[in-house]
Amino acid sequence: MHVGLHHYLFVSFMLFSLGLLGVIMRRNLLVIYMSLELMLNAANLALVSFSRFNNKLDGQVLVFFIITVAAAEVAVGLALIVALYRKRQSAHVEDLTSMKL
Amino acid sequence: MEQINNLVSSGAVEDVLFYLFAALTLLCAILVVANPFSRNPVTSAMFLVLTIISMSSLFLLLHAFFLAAVQILVYAGAVMVLFVFIIMLLDLKEEQRRKIKLFGLVAGLVSVGIVASIFVKSLASIKPAAAAPALEGETYALGKLLFTQYTLPFEIVSVLLLVAMVGVILLSKKKLE
Repeated sequence: MHVGLHHYLFVSFMLFSLGLLGVIMRRNLLVIYMSLELMLNAANLALVSFSRFNNKLDGQVLVFFIITVAAAEVAVGLALIVALYRKRQSAHVEDLTSMKL
Repeated sequence: MEQINNLVSSGAVEDVLFYLFAALTLLCAILVVANPFSRNPVTSAMFLVLTIISMSSLFLLLHAFFLAAVQILVYAGAVMVLFVFIIMLLDLKEEQRRKIKLFGLVAGLVSVGIVASIFVKSLASIKPAAAAPALEGETYALGKLLFTQYTLPFEIVSVLLLVAMVGVILLSKKKLE
């Protein structure tokens, strides 16, 4: 069977689900961030395959923007984690409960 | 020799490469999220690098050459170096194996189920392609589109990067006033 849009979308879906599971179930803030990157990459893969199979380049331009925004997001997020670590000496989600009602 | 040429022109090689790299991507992604051997964040980061590299090969198979290069440069280069640097800086201990909360497991599986239902619905609405895809993601065409039709978003993204830089400098000051 020839590889088509379905196959790429399935890989993208699996990556997104793995990232989602990682965000919900892991407790380390850095690993949660890596799972977020996985989800963004899944979206990138879906966009590139849409762009390829619809013969339009716009999807790839969008991926370019997503990569830029992801880089900015990682920089800000990691700075936040470092600031948090200075205050709390911990990067675990379960230790950050001061806003719990 | 002729047989090899036939194989290449019929796309069989590309199919095999797709399955190879898709399997590699998914395997490494699983090892990022749930590694049975180690809970060390450094291991997750290294497997994330592998995931990104094999995903850029998938981009190559989709003829998105420029994006494949950018993916390796920005993700495997800049972002992952930042991750590893922060892990080193924080000197994280290994995550202890705590019991997985039932609520977390159920919430995760339910949300994956919702995404799966969206996926199945979207698969049903895909029309079969009329002709073989002919798009080439060359740098020339991509750059032309980026600097004509998408000039305004491009400039806005550059402002966003500037804002992120200022924000990071402010956040990482010794004293937050």
